[in-house]
Amino acid sequence: MVYFIAKRLVQSVFVMLAVAFLAFSLFRFVGDPITQMTGVETSVQDQERLREDLGLNDPFIYQFARFTGDMLKGDFGFSYRTRQPVAEMIATRIPATLELGIVALLISLFVGIPAGVYTALRPRGIATQTILMLTLVGVSIPTFVIGIILIFFFGVQLGWLPTFGRGGTVNLGGWETSFLTVDGWRALILPAITLGVYQLTLTMRLVRAEMMDVMQSDYIRFATARGVPMRRLYFKHALANTMVPVITIIGLQFGGVIAFSIVTESVFQWPGMGLLFLESIRFVDIPVMGVYLVVIAFFFVLVNLIVDLLYVFIDPRLRIKDVS
Amino acid sequence: MLAFIKRHEGLWLFTRSPAVMIAAIVALTIIIGAVFAPWIAPVNPYDLASFSLMDGLLPPVWEEFGSEKFLLGTDDQGRDMISSILYGARLSLIIGVSAMIIATTLGVGLGLAAGYFGGRFDAIVMRIADVQLALPAILTALLIDGIARGVLPPEMQQDLRVVVLTIAIALSLWVNFARTARASTFVQMNKEYVQAAVMQGQHPLRIMFVHILPNILGPLLVIMTVDLASAILLEATLSFLGIGLPADSPSLGTLIRIGMQFLLSGEWWILWIPTLFLIALVVSINLLGDFLRDVFNPRLR
Repeated sequence: MVYFIAKRLVQSVFVMLAVAFLAFSLFRFVGDPITQMTGVETSVQDQERLREDLGLNDPFIYQFARFTGDMLKGDFGFSYRTRQPVAEMIATRIPATLELGIVALLISLFVGIPAGVYTALRPRGIATQTILMLTLVGVSIPTFVIGIILIFFFGVQLGWLPTFGRGGTVNLGGWETSFLTVDGWRALILPAITLGVYQLTLTMRLVRAEMMDVMQSDYIRFATARGVPMRRLYFKHALANTMVPVITIIGLQFGGVIAFSIVTESVFQWPGMGLLFLESIRFVDIPVMGVYLVVIAFFFVLVNLIVDLLYVFIDPRLRIKDVS
Repeated sequence: MLAFIKRHEGLWLFTRSPAVMIAAIVALTIIIGAVFAPWIAPVNPYDLASFSLMDGLLPPVWEEFGSEKFLLGTDDQGRDMISSILYGARLSLIIGVSAMIIATTLGVGLGLAAGYFGGRFDAIVMRIADVQLALPAILTALLIDGIARGVLPPEMQQDLRVVVLTIAIALSLWVNFARTARASTFVQMNKEYVQAAVMQGQHPLRIMFVHILPNILGPLLVIMTVDLASAILLEATLSFLGIGLPADSPSLGTLIRIGMQFLLSGEWWILWIPTLFLIALVVSINLLGDFLRDVFNPRLR
């Protein structure tokens, strides 16, 4: 088990290095950093001196090492557009995106898993056919259209829920949370559903496929033959074995949730990292783009590490393998 | 005729499922409308002289104040909605189809080669694929678009928008093709016909493209339809985010973005008609993709 975890850790470090390299290449090769940092009136001599001071004439490897070192120290450079430290800009946006993503993920799990189990157990029912048809439509409707439809019905026509922004937030030691105000929750509902719908269809389809697979297996047939009560059979014997792939998908979905939050944040003007990333693309603000990538990759790697650790707890075989 | 249809299982299944037939008709109608837009559309929405502000915000013909000149109404500039949508669908399809073709060529080429040669080449291609698979397609496309903005000189930005968008979408979709092509190639490599061709000393390229490729087309065709839908959605999303096509040459996504401004006012048609078009197009392509998967994969039936 120690070997398994150590291997994953090393892999994660390599992924992070690769992403840092990508961010660095962006910064170094897309446009000239010096022309971005200085104005038109800066003389060529001054530009050259700045280039030398910043170490942009050093060998490539040195520059990359320094870039990575700075990142580890929390120094992410300055935005071309606002001249603010990027670390600060991103840090203030992280809570909004994470809270939105977590709620969306929970919606996708709490609706997707039961729906998947149900449609697997009653494959010929009318409800199942309806749900499957709906998921196909759900996959085909782009996230932003789902957002617009929700805004139209619940925001404009019915006027029940706010359609943009985060509503009231409470500052918890630097973390702006919208979980503690009614206003914040109301503002969260529509964006979270928008973001969760696509993930929900994925979760449901996966759970359904896994569950159908497991129901065909010998041990379930044997358990049926032994006369194990149906409820116990479904939820104890079968569902437990579908959990490993489901946990994998949670890890993968986290990436999807973060990426699609760019779209959702744009529709609902949600002040998160995605909106910041979009602005940075529009203004070719390379440092912000790079750091966004690194931060996203970090969350992604972290979640997948946790998922790998969870395997060890869920699947006893992984614990025994090391002994042999 | 019936005997012919029964003999070809795919066609037989086709006649048995009304949803798929409707999907095929919808997709074909939109595609034909888009392809022949310059001849069908009442006006050319790119031509500033063809519309006037006087006709602005007219509702569709069945609503009060609707005009027969503009069957689906006009936008705030007085542009005919039908023409905008047909031309928009045309751009969406051009970008979607070209992105899909580029992604197929790149992905299948790399996947075939990876499966055929194996070893280090295979390892490198698959590592790149793994990394990219971890990044959702939309993020990859946005990133490539951002890089293009930084690298290209400003005066070329507008002219190359369609090309940049196509390449960004293609590069974010090739992985599926590469993985499928590689897996299918591995299966074929053990078959006798491939070994016979290798024994004869035929050129690897000939073996890959003449012998193996025809035998792995089935699953690739399924991915092509599904990815066409994804490509159209990606383009629409990028344009909606304001990263894709500009308002003077709108795709379906851009039209929806423009329509968003009228969400709070009464002019529902400017937003919902392009939206409905996009959904109809994508849903029917996805339905056809699902159908093809069932045809090629009898186990799932």
